[in-house]
Amino acid sequence: MNRSKPFPYLLIAPAVLLFAVFTAYPIVASLLLSFQKKVGATYEFVGLDNYVRLLNDSIFWQALENTFIIFIFQVPIMLFLAMCLASLLNSQLLKLKGFFRVSFFLPAVTSLVAYSLLFSIILQDNGILNTIVGVFGIGPIPWLSDPFWAKVSIIIAMIWRWTGYNMVLFLAALQNVPEEMYEAASIDGAGKIRQFFSITIPSLKPILLFAGILSTIGTLQLFDEPFNLTQGGPADSTMTLGLYIYENGFEYFDFSYGSAVAYVVVVLVAILSFIQFKFTGDKS
Amino acid sequence: MKTKQLIGKVGMYVFLSLFLVVSIFPFYWMLIGSTNSSDKMFAFPPTLLPGGEFWTNLSNLDASVGIWRVLFNSLYVSGLYVVLALAVSTMAAYAFAKFEFRGRNVIFTIFILSMMIPYQATIIPLFQMMTDYGLLNSYFSLIAPQLCYPFAIFLMRQNFVAFPTELLEAARLDGAGEWRIFTSIVLPSMKPALAATSIFLFMYQWNNFMWPLVAIRTPEMYTFPVALSTLSGVSFTDYGQMMVGISIATIPIMIFFLALQKHFVSGMLGSAVK
Repeated sequence: MNRSKPFPYLLIAPAVLLFAVFTAYPIVASLLLSFQKKVGATYEFVGLDNYVRLLNDSIFWQALENTFIIFIFQVPIMLFLAMCLASLLNSQLLKLKGFFRVSFFLPAVTSLVAYSLLFSIILQDNGILNTIVGVFGIGPIPWLSDPFWAKVSIIIAMIWRWTGYNMVLFLAALQNVPEEMYEAASIDGAGKIRQFFSITIPSLKPILLFAGILSTIGTLQLFDEPFNLTQGGPADSTMTLGLYIYENGFEYFDFSYGSAVAYVVVVLVAILSFIQFKFTGDKS
Repeated sequence: MKTKQLIGKVGMYVFLSLFLVVSIFPFYWMLIGSTNSSDKMFAFPPTLLPGGEFWTNLSNLDASVGIWRVLFNSLYVSGLYVVLALAVSTMAAYAFAKFEFRGRNVIFTIFILSMMIPYQATIIPLFQMMTDYGLLNSYFSLIAPQLCYPFAIFLMRQNFVAFPTELLEAARLDGAGEWRIFTSIVLPSMKPALAATSIFLFMYQWNNFMWPLVAIRTPEMYTFPVALSTLSGVSFTDYGQMMVGISIATIPIMIFFLALQKHFVSGMLGSAVK
């Protein structure tokens, strides 16, 4: 290690400078903005006015509720599916592992806008998915035109997009679990399902926390999908906090109010990440 | 016992195959859609084979959004971004990994913690900043804000940490300057890590949507995601051309991924797993 010479400072200078201007400053500025209001051409401090307004804003509460409903269903289902897939792909009995792994990961390389639009076509009332479920005598289901099903559609689309991504995370972690643990469990008479719950899940704990927090941040900022798949509708049933920030900031140009909503998201991410840290009980 | 095992094995393949179909089918439908006319996608019974309308759809798409210009914008912005962001993050990561200096841990921690802050909390002041300096609707406004990308720094740092410090010491004893050690000894051995980080950065910029949607005001500056999203929402949507657009946004990255999937996966994972 090299001490107190200018070289390392030169190396970090561009990153620090860019970070200060384009990340640190905006984070602070939008916090300040959330306590201000535009009066004429200037901004004035108005204390908590924007936050008080939030409390009485039914669309905000709707957006908060929608975001949470999507979060509560999408994240656990996706992580559980990803764990199942990862433990199957980790099994020594399976052939064509590489093929399955690559195929399951493919959705994760598509752009959020592209897959949202793709799903908006698949999920039309007379689209291919209704044709397919129609073969089994179901439907047609109003995927995008009914408040309940519109949320389901977003959840399904997100599960499609992200399960393979999380599966690869878990798969990498599972490779560090010695095969002998499973063999010993087998000899002790533990079935496959028992092994999944008492070996696979515990050994995935640290990476589960990582994936959980990533998904929390992602879901709370949810924007591309509702913007392109459902346009927040019908009747605000898929309005999310991310979409509401955009609408306030760049459709009504109410920067202060938009910033207040953004800071609600910041606080929620902090709280939920903290809970997950506690929940997984990882002391490091 | 034998039959039970067999049932388990069959069950496993059935489950995986089912999931395989679900994963792949939307891509197949994208190809069907981009080679057929719009109404074929909604016909009953559905058309399940590729048709001959690809070129018609492509020229319709070009008429709607000027696809070649959009493609150029996206490639230019993503390409330039990768080169610059890679330089910024590689340099910073090397400093964080191999030097001790005052403020190192504090700065690194701030970078890492900032990854937890939702991007939307920065977007309004960024917009005001770009407006104030007359930089809205420019390539600069698309490239600059995310040049310091903490995840890339984190990723590169993990790789530099693994580089043997003794080699650096030996080069210093031989009288090599710090910059030369960095560029001609350390960097050449980092090619896999650089490749992984580049892929990651490229995907990030290529797929970026909310900020370009806000920062770009005129169609000739649109990037792919923004151009695609303008195709929906109008009274009549031509799904054939939309499918061609989705294909052009998706297929190059998919090929890229299939060709480089080992780097890709390790790039995505970083060393979060270790």
